[in-house]
Amino acid sequence: MSAATEIGNYETSNTLETFGFLPKMDQNEIQAQIAYIIANGWSPAIEHEHPSRSFDHYWTMWKLPFFGEHDISTVLSELEACHRAFPDHHVRLTGYDNYTQTQGAAFVVFEGRG
Amino acid sequence: MAETSYKAGVKEYREKYWTPDYVPLDTDLLACFKVTGQPGVPREEVAAAVAAESSTGTWSTVWSELLTDLEYYKGRAYRIEDVPGDPESFYAFVAYPIDLFEEGSVVNVLTSLVGNVFGFKALKHLRLEDIRFPIAYIKTCGGPPAGIQVERDRLNKYGRPLLGCTIKPKLGLSAKNYGRAVYECLRGGLDLTKDDENVNSQPFMRWRDRYEFVAEAIKKAELETGERKGHYLNVTAATPEEMYKRAEFAKEVGCPIIMHDFLTGGFTANTGLANWCRENGMLLHIHRAMHAVIDRHPKHGIHFRVLAKCLRLSGGDHLHTGTVVGKLEGDRNSTLGFVDQLRESFVPEDRSRGVFFDQDWGSMPGVFAVASGGIHVWHMPALVTIFGDDSCLQFGGGTQGHPWGNAAGACANRVALEASVKARNEGRQIEKESRDILTEAARTSPELAIAMETWKEIVFEFETVDKLDVA
Repeated sequence: MSAATEIGNYETSNTLETFGFLPKMDQNEIQAQIAYIIANGWSPAIEHEHPSRSFDHYWTMWKLPFFGEHDISTVLSELEACHRAFPDHHVRLTGYDNYTQTQGAAFVVFEGRG
Repeated sequence: MAETSYKAGVKEYREKYWTPDYVPLDTDLLACFKVTGQPGVPREEVAAAVAAESSTGTWSTVWSELLTDLEYYKGRAYRIEDVPGDPESFYAFVAYPIDLFEEGSVVNVLTSLVGNVFGFKALKHLRLEDIRFPIAYIKTCGGPPAGIQVERDRLNKYGRPLLGCTIKPKLGLSAKNYGRAVYECLRGGLDLTKDDENVNSQPFMRWRDRYEFVAEAIKKAELETGERKGHYLNVTAATPEEMYKRAEFAKEVGCPIIMHDFLTGGFTANTGLANWCRENGMLLHIHRAMHAVIDRHPKHGIHFRVLAKCLRLSGGDHLHTGTVVGKLEGDRNSTLGFVDQLRESFVPEDRSRGVFFDQDWGSMPGVFAVASGGIHVWHMPALVTIFGDDSCLQFGGGTQGHPWGNAAGACANRVALEASVKARNEGRQIEKESRDILTEAARTSPELAIAMETWKEIVFEFETVDKLDVA
């Protein structure tokens, strides 16, 4: 076998930042990440945007950040509600850290069909 | 007040500069030196000599001393401690009044504290172990041009360490081939790539050509991946004028970040460049060539925690800290000690990490800790544990040495990083479970599987030369 056939070809993909290189998370995995956000004392928040505008800093917020929310299933059902309302949009979950004023977590949970 | 009469001659330093009853002021700058005196010289005399020579004193009494109030201006040796396990040396603690130093000038602080005194004949060795900068002084320094939080916002990177690599071979590529290597790394999943420290503007690749090709590589990778990317364009140059010229051009071609070598370039150049970056919305990556010359000897020189503190004051958004696990020297606790100094707003005294003083950083922005040098995918869970999210993990050989090339190598590292972060968030002990976590992730990533096979045997297990002195 020649050397060339042993070399794989890496194709560029649109990966949307953190966790973009992992397989799509199942419901349990999403819940674990929500639990991590809540355990850190961060505020879960949901935002969504059409894939053609996904490079923008600001995506549209889904409602307000869920300040003081400790129920994982509430956050999960809001994510699903946002996805149902905007099936063509990417839906991102973030965890706002008000102490450092950054997002302790941010990743796309549902990819839009575009 | 001037009731003392002038008597010429040589006095013992300890008469004036050894003050064991002194209680340091909140505004004093405090220093801890590890001192190894010549045999037969009393510790108090040596400590007092260090305080004198690094502040107001000289070897002989001079008449003009009586024209000022030396009690106000002099440095004071106020405490002596044994060095655990080293009967030859001791720690001397010195307090300096804040007015001995020009505002906003780490150059001035270092010129005093590590100036002539290091060549003093009464000393065999001298090492500056730590400095406590008073918050009043910190407020006079510019610090990081952007800081961790602003950099995350500009680059849209949250909830994980940044991922980078240095382009190899470090020297010899043409600008267009170099840009190709950058593009491949960025399209494969790295956030940032880096000029190596000695890439300046050599005959084989002049800086302007490199900047143009690299800028195109960044833009193309951003378009194709939908992620924000950057490359540290090294602006370290022979003169400040040339440095600024290159910085301006980096901004003109749209690169978000530039880089500087703060020790070979010098603190004056670094502080100026940091100010320029702040005014021009550019991020600043700091390399540390020459540091081991200064900081590696356990009894002489300056500990890196001091250089790291000085850099945070002088200005930089990233600083290399070593990797603990890779090919370069670095004790884990000691490294954690100075990583805290880069990132936290308050760091308490902790001798087990080599931290000699409480340090209040106030509102000074934080600096990303950069781990780079001889690391590969197998190290990823350990690196995420040691350095946490506010770090930049750089895999040079570990990206570009992948059998399928840079893009696949970048992808392998990104998969390993994200798998480690995800597992950490799920509450798993990722350092202990590293093999399982990486093996699971490799099931859906042939790029990672091949990287794991390529680097499975590579470890760097040597004793640390500069160990912490702990009881």
